Amino acid sequence: MPFSLLKYGLKNDYPFENDVDLPSPTELKKHYDVVIIGGGGHGVATAYYLAKYHGITNVAILEKGYLGGGNTARNTAVIRSNYLTSEGVKFYKESVDMFKGLSNEFDFNIMYSSRGQLTLAHTDSTIRSFRQRTEVNTHFGGKTELIDPQQIKELVPTLNMNPADMPVLAGLWHIDGATARHDAVAWGYAKGATQRGVELHQLTEVTDVIVENGKATGVKTNRGTVSCGCIVQAVAGHSSIVAAMAGIKMPITTYPLQAMVTQPVKPFLDPLVSSSALHCYVQQTGRGEIVFGGGSDPYPLYNTRSTLDLKESLLASAVEMFPFMANLKLMRQWAGITDMTSDYSPIMGLSPVENYYLDAGWGTWGFKSTPICGKSMAELVASGGKVPELIAPFAMDRFDEFRQVNEMGATAASH
Amino acid sequence: MKIMNCPLNGPRNISEFVYGGEVKTMPNSLTCSDKEWADYVFYSDNTIRVITEWWYHSASGYWFIAERHTASDEIFKTYDPSELFNERIEFESKPEPVEEKSA
Repeated sequence: MPFSLLKYGLKNDYPFENDVDLPSPTELKKHYDVVIIGGGGHGVATAYYLAKYHGITNVAILEKGYLGGGNTARNTAVIRSNYLTSEGVKFYKESVDMFKGLSNEFDFNIMYSSRGQLTLAHTDSTIRSFRQRTEVNTHFGGKTELIDPQQIKELVPTLNMNPADMPVLAGLWHIDGATARHDAVAWGYAKGATQRGVELHQLTEVTDVIVENGKATGVKTNRGTVSCGCIVQAVAGHSSIVAAMAGIKMPITTYPLQAMVTQPVKPFLDPLVSSSALHCYVQQTGRGEIVFGGGSDPYPLYNTRSTLDLKESLLASAVEMFPFMANLKLMRQWAGITDMTSDYSPIMGLSPVENYYLDAGWGTWGFKSTPICGKSMAELVASGGKVPELIAPFAMDRFDEFRQVNEMGATAASH
Repeated sequence: MKIMNCPLNGPRNISEFVYGGEVKTMPNSLTCSDKEWADYVFYSDNTIRVITEWWYHSASGYWFIAERHTASDEIFKTYDPSELFNERIEFESKPEPVEEKSA
């Protein structure tokens, strides 16, 4: 990267004039080896690793809207691995490691910025759970420490140490915590995948999944029917609805998650800060805007509408944490749709239908797992259904066998 | 503010209510299979349509039933559970005590 940059710097012409990001749309072929439903981060990452590591390029990504236009563009772009269970930490840790190298790998800047993530504890029981998370993280090679109020003050001098009369007692300081430009991640993967021969079909909606004798054999779309060797479903926000086309019922409930952003201000906040008790997380983007997010809405809904209730409660918490923010103006508000599972872990791997692979239940933890998820799903597809060890705990049948992977303590507004 | 019409208290702010899940029939936990129980506890159609669900007015401690669309968020009907449940439901949640019976 630095050498190519230097080379371009010495050239007379603008280097990217003939550099096409994505090939022009083509007609759908009659048959593909792999059809990926959903052109978000996970879908294109799966296609990218299928092409790169396994040489499988007869792949079509079918996207109802446009590339990375769904929940890939609606999350708050937090990358971290300080989860609670060993299954979860191992998985997200590898994802964080992969994120670090993506800009170089794509030769495209994903604006990865490793700034650390700080979660505040306001009760003794939270500190206990933080201790456990610190130990689990350290064990798997992550950089996480439990820090005291003095260290917190030094890290974030503008933080109110007694928000809503709940004194900050300790902090979970996740040094590996980072942020990146979520659109760029999807674009980088899509570019890399299409350069290797994968077809990305935007504005192509899957209307039905063809299942014969318990085997998925093709999909019907608004642009015709396509037969295929296997199908990967990667549609955050509509997992249950797409799976129902293949006759699969899922242990998922879908909720909106609202977030908002203020006008830009001077840089004042380096780490990403969240409070476990106030259900609020705050971060300053590279542009200076402050992004707020919280937990999902209180009841299920397939709608990205905005509610005054949530704005009030979220902003009240944010202003408690950083009182000077009361003078700022909100610039934008949006919502994403989150497919929540009851144990706050994803559903990955095999489904009751043969040759139909699931990448679902990504609730509020989907963006941070994009690279590892793509890599694992590609492995699963290329091996013809041999589940990689890393994602075996996330199989859907864990719910039938009552062996959930409980990440409850590590998510829900502590992103 | 979104308003919900409580069958007991009339129109109130939605923040006074707690969502209680879809109305579904509980299988007998003593006789059903693990799969049936898992299906009841975890699985859901989770689709876009009008669903019948439990809601709770927390200020007055009152459970009732609402019919709501899961995409438009429109609440079509709210009513007292007695309209659906007109007799007592025995949950049989604990096994009968084992007693020696004299013949």
